[in-house]
Amino acid sequence: MSSERKIRVLIAKPGLDSHDRGAKIVARALRDAGMEVIYTGLRQTPEQIVETVLQEDVDVLGLSILSGAHMALFPRIMELMKKKGLNDVLVFAGGIIPEEDVPQLKKIGIKEIFGPGTPLQTIIDFVRNNAPRKA
Amino acid sequence: MRSLEQLAQGVVNGDKRSIARAITLIENNGEDAQKLVSLLYPYTGKAHIVGITGPGGSGKSTLIEKLISELRRRGKTVGVLATDPSSPFTGGAFLGDRIRMQRFATDEEVFIRSMATRNVPGGIAKATKDAVNVLDAAGKDVIIVETVGAGQAEVDIIKVAHTVVVVFAPGLGDEIQAIKAGIMEIADIFVLNKADLENANRAVTDLKASLELNAQEKAWKPPVLKTVALTGEGIEQLVNEIFEHKAFLEKGEGASKRRKWVETELVEAIKQKVADLIVDDLKKRKVFNELVEKVMNRQVDPYSAASKIVAETLLSAKKD
Repeated sequence: MSSERKIRVLIAKPGLDSHDRGAKIVARALRDAGMEVIYTGLRQTPEQIVETVLQEDVDVLGLSILSGAHMALFPRIMELMKKKGLNDVLVFAGGIIPEEDVPQLKKIGIKEIFGPGTPLQTIIDFVRNNAPRKA
Repeated sequence: MRSLEQLAQGVVNGDKRSIARAITLIENNGEDAQKLVSLLYPYTGKAHIVGITGPGGSGKSTLIEKLISELRRRGKTVGVLATDPSSPFTGGAFLGDRIRMQRFATDEEVFIRSMATRNVPGGIAKATKDAVNVLDAAGKDVIIVETVGAGQAEVDIIKVAHTVVVVFAPGLGDEIQAIKAGIMEIADIFVLNKADLENANRAVTDLKASLELNAQEKAWKPPVLKTVALTGEGIEQLVNEIFEHKAFLEKGEGASKRRKWVETELVEAIKQKVADLIVDDLKKRKVFNELVEKVMNRQVDPYSAASKIVAETLLSAKKD
């Protein structure tokens, strides 16, 4: 019997955004690239997101945010991830995130931040090349 | 990586991380998957397993959210396995069932896992049964298994669930058409969801009438319930009926049903093992490809080839 290995991704929307067009487009692109993509829906708390990462045992977490609350929500998410021992999950983010916030977000463990207009192929390649190889 | 024994112990202790890892291991069907199931098996058999099936758009996920809520109110712990289809072309999947259940993401006594079918027909993933065993061993009282939007042939849920709930809704075209033949026969409970919509009563009448046509006298007559999952209407009664059916199964009828289940399970396991053994052996002796070519060239048909191989294998086994 062959052992199948699928990349599992959670696309999550923390905070109070009222639309999720971008998140769904990314989710769809990753699905069409052969990955299993779980979507949380809108208005999730950091606790809900991290708990979902844990229960779904995903390899990758993609955070989408438009509200401007990323400097409050992302550190909380990363802190909870650490607390739960989810250090091997690849985390990336997208949405409306000003350039000057990027270094700080990378410092807390968010591997890449994709702004508006990023080609979908860039995101697919990034996930493929960086998804951890879990046993 | 922790040892399998530690992982199994974690599952039995109800540790969420261990449960999640165990299901991944089973989904990926690694060498260790079978060993893990063996370790967990003695701890299974306590949960009541409820299958939720029905056409896409009938409101299965929303109904499950309300079911979790009612079960929690009654102090039960809950596991959920929600299935969505994989693309036969890319192998990718979009798993969106849990969007409606996120309210319970942080409930310590609820574990929700999304599974892709990974292109196994039948409405649930191949790994579902073993994933159910993981949640069972972890001590969940009730395990809810949601199938992909099912039409007629997605009846594999009966191999997994004790109680099968078939959900339909008015206005999905011809309601009876959508649940005819196979899926109609597997129901222990029928639920007409979205019962606040027009034509709901008509759909219930139609369904009841067609059930009357089933001449066969059955000890359990599947009830037809009306729910409005969005508002929670009818959910309490649905949970009552689920436990009613559970009690019915425990009274004897269940024993024969469970026995039949285990028989099927065992036969499936034997088939799998025997096929693996024989095919591995053919490959090792490098005759497998030769055989494939013979069949391709129409020198022999697959059934005769299989008969011959099985006969040979049995013969050599007798000699040993």
